[in-house]
Amino acid sequence: MALRTEEFVVNMGPHHPSTHGVCRLVLTLDGERVKKVEPVIGYLHRSIEKICENRTYPQCIPMFDRIEYVTSMSCNQVFAMAAERLAEIEVPERAEYLRVIMLELNRIASHLLFYGVTAMDIGAYTPFLYGLRERELIIDLFEMTCGQRLTYNYIRIGGVSHDIPPEFVPKCREAMRIIGQKMADYEGLLNENPIWLARTKDIGILRAEDAIAWGVSGPVLRASGVKHDLRKDDPYSIYDRFDFEIPVQKNGDTFDRYIQRLDEIRESIKIVNQALNGLEGVEDDKIKAKVSPNFKPPAGEAYARIENSRGELGTYLISDGTKKPLRVKTRGGSYNQLQALPLMCHDVLVADLVAIFATLDVIMPEVDR
Amino acid sequence: MNGFSEFLELHPLFSWLYELLKSTGLQDPWLRVTHYSILGSMMFGVLSLIALFLVWWERKIAAHIQQRFGPMRHGWHGWYQTIMDAIKLLQKEDVKIALRDKPVFFWAPIVCFVAAFCVYVVMPFGEGLIVADLNIGILYVLAITTWTVISLLMAGWGSNNKYALLGGMRSAAQIVSYEVPMAVSILTPILFVGSLSMNDIVLSQTGPIYNWFVFRLPFGPIAFLTFIIAGTAEANRTPFDIPEAEQELVSGYNVEYSGMKFAMFFLAEFVNMFTIAAVAVTVFFGGWNGFQFLPSWLWFLGKTLLIVLLLMLFRWTYPRLRVDQLMMFAWKFLVPVTFVNLIIAGLFKHLGWYW
Repeated sequence: MALRTEEFVVNMGPHHPSTHGVCRLVLTLDGERVKKVEPVIGYLHRSIEKICENRTYPQCIPMFDRIEYVTSMSCNQVFAMAAERLAEIEVPERAEYLRVIMLELNRIASHLLFYGVTAMDIGAYTPFLYGLRERELIIDLFEMTCGQRLTYNYIRIGGVSHDIPPEFVPKCREAMRIIGQKMADYEGLLNENPIWLARTKDIGILRAEDAIAWGVSGPVLRASGVKHDLRKDDPYSIYDRFDFEIPVQKNGDTFDRYIQRLDEIRESIKIVNQALNGLEGVEDDKIKAKVSPNFKPPAGEAYARIENSRGELGTYLISDGTKKPLRVKTRGGSYNQLQALPLMCHDVLVADLVAIFATLDVIMPEVDR
Repeated sequence: MNGFSEFLELHPLFSWLYELLKSTGLQDPWLRVTHYSILGSMMFGVLSLIALFLVWWERKIAAHIQQRFGPMRHGWHGWYQTIMDAIKLLQKEDVKIALRDKPVFFWAPIVCFVAAFCVYVVMPFGEGLIVADLNIGILYVLAITTWTVISLLMAGWGSNNKYALLGGMRSAAQIVSYEVPMAVSILTPILFVGSLSMNDIVLSQTGPIYNWFVFRLPFGPIAFLTFIIAGTAEANRTPFDIPEAEQELVSGYNVEYSGMKFAMFFLAEFVNMFTIAAVAVTVFFGGWNGFQFLPSWLWFLGKTLLIVLLLMLFRWTYPRLRVDQLMMFAWKFLVPVTFVNLIIAGLFKHLGWYW
């Protein structure tokens, strides 16, 4: 006998512990099964792009910090790159090395946070503290360099704002060594845990063609088996000088998206170590090209894109020759990843939905901007 | 040494109390009622202290697993932190949402709290330290622990909140399912004892350490493992804490409760955990049996706290199971294993192949 059941609608968020900020998911549930997911966005809209139109170019960088505060360095970098393309500014070599070091450190920090938060969403509390513990080492390095721990305003148009202090290099090497060692702990805690495998394997599969069709990028795309990374495919800064691999997974399930991030941490550690070696070979200690505070790029438009820890982060700038941009537009990876969520959550349980949402690593300020 | 541990035994206190009451000239129904109420209140006091201690202990253990300190401010390593927490919760406003189901909402925490403590009526804390040695002791324990389901369902229903209702439904399904393997795995030792009385179960394990049921190969260890897994689920602990899964249901059945009502759920949870450990010790680890140099109640307490430590290590190591996986695990794995274990043990007993 089939029991008559009734679907009911649950509002998950905007204030819910596992929606990572203020995402609101309108769920249609049949008991515990999710029949329909509808992300509702806009709770964190601060109209950063519009505000930037009323600010000078250097003043836009602190605004960009807040677009995606987990990896502020990338946001700084992408705006600086777009502005440099507009004005055709050559960045000193030392600054390029510093930028790469900071970008990769920030990527590691972001992935460590991902590791902790995902484990927490699947119910394991201890990994969260482990991830944050090592993230702290990196945040300390940033604080040492530019005085900030979250919104750095470090990468400026034409270079970087401060040179690193002398104790930075040994501390950075030590941090990379520690994180490399602790990776074994992270994997030991979860990778072969039967509960973890039962919760993540074959859950929320995103096929490669769907991922491409929905514009998904970054680790989520690579976990679906598409080898696409802007650091290799469209090398910016000095990424073509380093020897590193682009890890890819096969299935595109929750487990693959999780393991993809851990693999990427390893590659980033390699890049940081190579960049630290390269930095010693740079003799010129200039860290910033000469850019006047009254920076006025010639009229025109430019697009810059980089590989952020959440996918492709792009900035499109239109200049009318004044000191304020005419139009600023950013493209964040999280927005497209969030679009793909309903696709992956077909007939899953609420607990799976939380796990899938966690492994997309969506960050709401980047979605709403 | 012997004399010292004898001196620390507490059961003379019980008989002294009984004699004292008798000397006042009370007649039997009232004599017993007074005796039991005094013992019950004592037990309640001791258990409340244990629950407060467990809250602190769990926080410290979690902190040390995660390489932090945990509570440090109130006293030595924050030892009276939980007392301060309780005082804070007492002062909190008792938020009553407008659309609640009034009586159900009001009684849910009380039912939960009372059920958690009622089990200890038949728990042998030490030699002679038992409030009432019922001849159906272990059956009583199983019956009372299931009470928790009603209270959680009541909380889920009374709150008029979708998350709370989901939590209540989850806990009902979970606890009812895991009740089966838990009861069946306890039956295996019962088969060899031939009595349901808690005291008899403990007494049958006196003597050398291999008399403890957990060391009686092959049935003892299997029964213990299935019991501790089912017990973890009964006590709503990670990896089976889905009724209050924070990341999915915000806080599950207790989401609308605040102040002291919440504290009652919270304390009951820790008492339930202690119950599972205490039953495990009584049935599988020889209860208060130990070596001579310490009094029996200390042996009981020590062993129980070790099992509690095990439960805490589970919690801070494992991720959480999903609802359907949880039910699958109970019905497709635990129930068959416990039944096969019981049947083979019964066969051995029938043929006289046991020691």
